[in-house]
Formats: sequence, structure tokens, C-alpha cells
Amino acid sequence: MEDTISAIATALGLGAVGIIRISGPQAVDIGCRAFRALGSKKLGVQEDHRLLYGHIVDNAGQVIDEVLTVYMAAPHSYTGEDVVEIQCHGGLQAMEEILKLTYQLGARAAEPGEFTKRAFLNGRVDLAQAEAVMGVIEARSKQALQGALAQQRGALSRAISVMRTQLKDLVVRLEATIDYPEEDIEEVTYNSACEVIAQSLQRVEQLLSTAHTGKIVREGLRTVLVGRPNVGKSSLLNRLLQEERAIVSAIPGTTRDVIQEQILIDGIPLLLADTAGIRTTGDHIEQIGVARSRETMEQAQLVVAVLDGSMTLQDEDLEILRALKGRESVVIVNKGDLHLQVDLQALKAEFGENRVLVLSAKTAAGIETFIQWLKTYVYAQGSAAEGGVLVQNARHAHLLQDAKISLDDALLAAHNHLPYDCIEIDLRGALDQLGAITGETVSEEIINDIFARFCLGK
Amino acid sequence: MEQYDVIVIGAGHAGVEAALAAARLGGKVLLTTVTLDNVAFMPCNPSVGGPAKGHLVREIDALGGQMGLSADEACIQMRMHNTGKGYAVHALRAQADKPFYHNLMKKIVENQENLDLKQLMIDEVIVEKNEVKGVKAETGEVFAAPCVILATGTYLRGKIVYGEVNYDSGPNGTRAPQKLSASLLHIGVKLMRFKTGTPARIDARTLDYSKMEPQYGDAQVYNFSFLNKVKTREQVPCYLTYTNPTTHKIIRDNLQRSGMFNGYVEGVGPRYCPSIEAKIVRFADKDRHQLFLEPEGLDTNEVYVQGMSSSLPADIQIEFMHTIPGLEKCQMMRAGYAIDYDCLDPLQLKASLEHKQISGLFSAGQSNGTSGYEEAAAQGLMAGINAMRKLQGKQAIVIGRSQGYIGVLIDDLVTKGTHEPYRMMTSRAEYRLLLRQDNADLRLTPLGQEIGLVNSERWSSFTAKRDLLERTLFSLGQTYVAPTEENQKKLAELGTSAIRSKISLLELLKRQQISYAKAAQAFGLPELPAVVAEQVEIQAKYDGYILKQRQEVAKALKLENKLLPESIDYRSIKELSTEAAEKLATVRPVSLGQASRISGVSPADISVLMIYLEAKRRKEEQ
Repeated sequence: MEDTISAIATALGLGAVGIIRISGPQAVDIGCRAFRALGSKKLGVQEDHRLLYGHIVDNAGQVIDEVLTVYMAAPHSYTGEDVVEIQCHGGLQAMEEILKLTYQLGARAAEPGEFTKRAFLNGRVDLAQAEAVMGVIEARSKQALQGALAQQRGALSRAISVMRTQLKDLVVRLEATIDYPEEDIEEVTYNSACEVIAQSLQRVEQLLSTAHTGKIVREGLRTVLVGRPNVGKSSLLNRLLQEERAIVSAIPGTTRDVIQEQILIDGIPLLLADTAGIRTTGDHIEQIGVARSRETMEQAQLVVAVLDGSMTLQDEDLEILRALKGRESVVIVNKGDLHLQVDLQALKAEFGENRVLVLSAKTAAGIETFIQWLKTYVYAQGSAAEGGVLVQNARHAHLLQDAKISLDDALLAAHNHLPYDCIEIDLRGALDQLGAITGETVSEEIINDIFARFCLGK
Repeated sequence: MEQYDVIVIGAGHAGVEAALAAARLGGKVLLTTVTLDNVAFMPCNPSVGGPAKGHLVREIDALGGQMGLSADEACIQMRMHNTGKGYAVHALRAQADKPFYHNLMKKIVENQENLDLKQLMIDEVIVEKNEVKGVKAETGEVFAAPCVILATGTYLRGKIVYGEVNYDSGPNGTRAPQKLSASLLHIGVKLMRFKTGTPARIDARTLDYSKMEPQYGDAQVYNFSFLNKVKTREQVPCYLTYTNPTTHKIIRDNLQRSGMFNGYVEGVGPRYCPSIEAKIVRFADKDRHQLFLEPEGLDTNEVYVQGMSSSLPADIQIEFMHTIPGLEKCQMMRAGYAIDYDCLDPLQLKASLEHKQISGLFSAGQSNGTSGYEEAAAQGLMAGINAMRKLQGKQAIVIGRSQGYIGVLIDDLVTKGTHEPYRMMTSRAEYRLLLRQDNADLRLTPLGQEIGLVNSERWSSFTAKRDLLERTLFSLGQTYVAPTEENQKKLAELGTSAIRSKISLLELLKRQQISYAKAAQAFGLPELPAVVAEQVEIQAKYDGYILKQRQEVAKALKLENKLLPESIDYRSIKELSTEAAEKLATVRPVSLGQASRISGVSPADISVLMIYLEAKRRKEEQ
């Protein structure tokens, strides 16, 4: 229970500052190792509840971002545990990198509602919220049994089952020779053990490589619509929302404990900056202007730039297009039903053939192509995995990461011909971690298998 | 009417340890048995120990129990198994002289102060208002006691079956209690029906050992007991032979006559000691099964045929044995048989082995659905200890899963229950590397001392060993080897690589190539007793893995320390899954840790319970 968790604790579009929250007994330790304060100050009790200025530095000594960091000692923090919060300015990429660094230093990804759950268990939020939190846990397990999520889960379970079967087979063979030394069971060679472990390791790594896509599917693709006023951003959004397949839902934030809107368009979850604003005020983004758009772009995974195809490019358009450099983006040429004034060839030459789409928010022509484009964009990264399996759940990704570490250790131990009892520790560790994903317990299974496979006893 | 503190029903391996422990802790104890000739009798194989079982014997010894000391004396062959597979799974196994073991234990029990040994058939456990008051024998005699320990083994409504032969009986033709089961059901105890079996015994004079492979004991003299009293030992070999397709054909042709298949056996048998007929059915592709011929003692010609447990008719048993190399002319002295018996569902018990609803009723051994002498003795010891502690108003002793195999055994029983006779295996222990047979004393003798079962002889030898070990580890950690030319040469001679900077001797011992003895010779260290040197090496070489397991233990302990109140109505917590609520309501775990080990209780259910507990605490505070 009391391991240390971390997550991005701010919602997209709520300003340029992002906060990463680390909570748990290792928070200070992780904070100290990641954060270099300017001057002689250091995170710790003597700086409790004080904002420190400095840099986040990765394991190789490279500066990731310039940040403000605050340590809040237990019990005077949101969760009631030791908490370190890192406020950074470097946009989404920097935040993700900092988050990854906290994982490397020993934190694990927070589960939905987990900060609040801890806050409750530590007496930091009131009684009325207790049932709400229990509801979240209940809802999560129900949700997991439904629809596409369940299908994905099934595919992941199958992928993991294949691995577990191989590993378990090795463990069972080792255990049988240990618990029945006098029976004529074939001894396991170190070579064959290494082979099995290396195979499983490779599969775990493959699955882990899908975790990024899985994360998008799970949390939504952080998307921002940019464009100068009156190019049709809100009409485009409204057109997308008019699609029968679009579901707008208020969901509890997945990495943060705030309510956030997610738009599901044909299974592609988008987290749109300020969408609530767009829809209520009609043209909220229009009012933000180019300067603010840029700030929001910093925190987005995908920038959708909207141009008015019926006009030649304005200075403002050019400025926006320049800002797309080095970002994941798609250029939408709107008002495709009118006579096109924009030089499509030039745009395609600059942004790539399939990163420039012509559509009409008004007539819906080309909308389907855009939706297909989004789908390909989201799932392309995951398609490398076996059977299109995605690791979507933060807990699953963390367990796979642990399994990878265990398998690495087991491989090393087997390679160095360490005794069975040592190798078994990490092998069973990996089985436990993988089993925690599929909900299978190891020890009974192993014992059942020993008797099913070997003829043993008096 | 005679008044006792503790009455133990059954004088097998559980009963004997229970009675001895209770008496040694100052209780006035009555130990009853259906026949005095079966005290600490081994109705099945003439051996003690093996993987996990040997660990249990060492733990019993470390706590001040009897089995290890007696097995050492009765031993006629000792082997350390698994020496190539790592220290955690080293396993000591002894061939025991069966009559000798029985006589020795009977003598110890008979001469134990505060202990009365009586041959009695107990018909009834007397319970009033859910409190144990005593027992009633078939003679009409009533014995009063606030604690009764059931240690009825395979005797309770026992029924022996081989072929068409079947009769009510405990092991080896002894009387089987017929009325006690009804009395237990009457007081609210839930019973199960299990089955086990044993192979034939054959006459050593009729065997041709030249056709078999001898198995000798180890040259080094080992002992289970940390007191290490036996210094020299006469050892006899066992012999290995194999079944063949002809054997299998005879068995297959007569399957319908086996007790297992003809409908006479009702109980659930253990998968880990299947009868020869079960092996042939389940592993039809195996064309041979190994058999170990084990002498039952030095003063008897009876030989136990390990691997050939059977409930086939006697004539078939003889017929198929005659197909086996070396057994062609064997004379069967006793036929193998299956035995059905009543036992308790262990889910009714607390971890102290006391019944949850019936105060003062304890149960230990095969009557709890386990199998094996060692498993029985371990439970007997704990039941004896906890019965006395209850009378003395002390908290029950519950050994943790990270403290000993005894803890794993009892926790498994009372948390998961069992659907077949439960056998201890090292693979059941998640902290196997910490629970080694070599360190059972370091793990448990201080606890035994606290309980009051460790005598001064054991305590002084233990503290001497422990202190020497600690001093040695400390000084090895403080003694450095510098990368001088002379030292590098020594290292090369030891077959290990050179060092770059100075390194402590403890670090150096982590290298696989360096034993303490070699290091001592090279660097002028004091000579150590073998057990201490071995301990130093293990602690140095396994350091990283030991640390890993300790971290796991620390993590798990947080859940173990979160206690669940007895009053929880699990079925009313709607956020729990239905399965979890049912299981929790049945097992009624004492802690979140125990709850998390119940199958069907998911991590989400544990989260729900944590929140429920906290919410409840706050409501009560308001």
C-alpha cells in the first residue's frame, strides 16, 4: 500500500504551469534526487512548505526543466503523506519526462482516484467522500468488464497468459526437482532456463512499448485546436460532436483528481483544451488569441491547426504554422466546400502529404477522412505489438515494468549459474507481477501444475 | 472426576508434541490413545524430513519440541538433499527405525512430569455454552479440562480398504473411534472425509538386492536437532528399483478391483502421494515408476515399498510385485491399503488452532486435514503451546509466514482451507530464502525461549552460536583487504579475480569461489565451528536476495498489521464483490493481510475494506 505514487496533477489548458505530484514515504528521496535547488537549499524538513527554485536533472545529469518545487511534510499535505510537488513550465513533453524520471527513481504511476483515496485514509478529506471513492473503485472494476476496454483487456490477458505459461512451466520444473529430489525428473539446464527467461523478457518489453499508446487510449489524446478567429474551429468541433458516434462525458481525471471532459469520437478519446468553454461560450478559443494558443500548444500531444481554405494565408496563419515546427500536428484546411485559395501543394510539401486535410465543417465533407486520420494516428504506435494489444492501464504498465526488472535479474542469475532458490525469487516475482495483471495467483497454480505434470510421491 | 488443564485425544505425532509442550509449560496434562502400542507410531513410511518437512522438524526443534531429537536417535540413514540447488532448499531426510522411534517417544512421554498417558477410547467432547468442559470415555469415565486438543490422525471413523476387503479401523488394524465424530458434529464442528494410503511391507530375506541400486546415507553425520547430540551413526542403505509394462498391465487389468475404483473409498485423496493405480491411470505414457525399498528398522525384516501405495486386493499386490526386478520372490508381510477418515475443516480454526466458536477446543495434525508426521508434529506443538497460553491468559503465539514454515502451514490451513490432505512443500513458502533449514534456530529459538520451552542447555548453546556469528560478521565487515601485490596473488590462488580498491572480507565472501575456510587460510582468520562458518557464507553470498525478501516482508507486514474487527458484516458492504463477501464471511480473517490471501478476494476488495475500516473508525470517533 504505502509505496510512492506520482502523476501529473493539473488539467490541460488550465494555464501554462503543470504540476507533478509525488506522494508517499519516498517522495522526499525522489524529489531530492531529481531536483537541484539553486543555492545551498535542499528539499527536506527545514524547507517544509517552502517554494524552492531550481532544475530537474535526469540520471545522466541533463537539465530537463526549470521548476519550482515544494515539499509538504506529512501530515500537512493533500494526501496526508509526504508530498513533493514540482511546478514546471516546459510543457507536456517536459512534464512527461519528469514523470518518467520519478518512476525511474522508485515511484509508480498513481491509479485513478488514488491521491484522494490516500487523502481519505489519512484523514485529509471528509467522511462524505468515502463512499464516492469506494464508488470509483467499484465503477472502475465494472468499467473494466465492459465494451472495448474489456476486449483490449482480454487481448492483454491472452498475451500475458502466453508468457506466464512459459515462465510457469520453467518454475514448475524447477520446483518439482526441489520438492521431489528423489524422483526421476529431468533436471533443468541453465541454458534452457536462460532461453525461456529471455523470450519472456522480450515479450514484456514489446508490451511495454505499447504503454504510450495505451496511455493515450486510456487518458485521451491531449489535443488543442488552434487558428485565428473565424476560421471555423468551433464549427469543426461542433461538427465532430454532431457525429452520432461522439460521446462527451465528464470523467474523473485519470492521472489527476479533477473532473475533466473527454470526447470519444469513434473510440478515439480526445482531451480537448477548454472544450467546455468552446461549447458554452460558442467561441472561447477564438478569444484567446494566438499568444495564448501557443501556451496551450506547449501542453498538447497533438495540435490541430485550422485554416480558412477560402482565403489566402494571413500573417497570423503563417505565425501559427511556424509554431507547429517540431510538434505533432495536423493542418486542417476548412471551408473546403468553397473555392480553395490556399496553396495545398505548398502546405503538403512543408507538413507532409497526409498531415494536410481538406474538409468542410459546414457540409461535413471530409470529416470522415479526418476521423480516420485520428484513428491511424492514435493506434499506429501500438500496431507494432502482437495482435494490436495495448497496455492502457497505469497499474498494468507499472506491473510490466516490475516484471521486466525481475526478469532481467532472473536472467542474470541464471546466466551466472546461481542456485535455483535464487533464480526462483525473481522468476516467481515476475509471475506474481504478471499474475496481478490477469488476476491469477501464483502459488496454488504452481502446486497444481507440479502434480498435474509429474508423477510424484509414494 | 479428575481435573486436568489440557486433554489431548490421540498420541500420534501431533498429540505427543502437544502433550509434551503443555506439560513442559506447567500444565497438568492427560494424553489419551486407543492403544498404547501406537504412541508416535509411523503408520506409513519409515522416514522423517525431506524438503519443507525437514525444515518443519528443525523449526520444531528450535522452539523446544521433541521430534528432531527423537528422529536423530532413531535415524538409521541420513541424507542432505538438494545441496546443488541452493541453501534455501537444502533438505535433511532421515530413515527412521520405526519401532525404536515409537519406544523412545513412549518412554519420553511416560516419564514426562505432569503428564498422564492412558489407553482410552474417547466417545465425547463435553461442551457447555460453547466452552469445553472435558471428555467422556467409553468406560463412562469423565475427565474435566478447560482445553481439549483433538489429534485424532486418520483414526476418526477410519475405514481400511484393499480390494474387496474393507473394515472399520484405524491404521494397522487398530480400533477406530466411532462415536467421537457424532459428538463433534453435535457440538457444531464441521467434518470432512479424506483418504490416504500406504504400500505393502515385504520380507527383506526374500529380496534380491543385487538387482537394485543401493542408496547410501551421507558420510557426514547430520542431525535435525541444533543440539546435535548424535556424533556417530550406523547407517543402512535403501534400494532403488522400477516397475515395468508388465507390472502396469496387471494393475490396469485389475483396476476395477481397487478400493479407489470399486466404490468402497469415499474420501478425497492427496495428489502428491497417489496410489500406484492412480499413477498408472493418470500418467499412462510413463513406462516405469521408481520404487524405493526402505527398511522399517534394524530389528525387523519388514521393508517399506515407497512408491507403491495401493488399495488393490492382496493377491494382485503380490502378483504385480513379482514382476519387479529384485522382488520376483518377495513375500508380502502386510498388504498395502487405503484408509478413509474424518477430519475437521480447518477454516473453522483460528491461527492459534483453537476452534472459532468453541472456546478451549483445539485441533492439530491430520485431524486438520494435513498429511505427514512433520506437519502433524508442528501443529501439535503450537496447539499445546496455545492451549497453555489460553489458560495462563497470555496472547496466542502465531508464527508469521516470514518467520517459519510452521506459520505458512497454519496460515494456509486457516485461510485457504484444504480440499485434500495438505502436504508442506517449499514452493508454498513465499519467503523461502529467509526460511532456511540452517537458520531455524536463529529464527525461532528466541521465541521458544520466550514461550518457555527452551531449556538452559539449548539456550546457552544457541546464544554462543549466535554471538559468535554476529561478532564474526561484524569483524569481517570491518576488516579490509588492500589491493597489494601480495593480496592479489592470494586472490589469484583462490581462483577469483583481482580487486581494484580495498574491499571488506565480507564483500569478498560474496564471491562464489571463496569459502570462509579458504578466506580464513589466506588472510589469517580464526577457525570457526562448521555451522557458524556456513552461516557466515550464506549471509554474505545471499545478501542481495535476503534483502529483496526482507523488503517484500516489510511491505506485506503493513497489511498484516491492519486488523479486521470480528464484528464486520461483510455481506452488508455492497462495494465488495459477492464472492469476496462470502469468502470473507466464512474465513473471518484477523487482518487485511490474511484477507488478501483468500482466493476470490481481489486487490480492489482490499481497497474497499481499507476505506470501510477508516470510515467506520471515523464514525465511531464522532
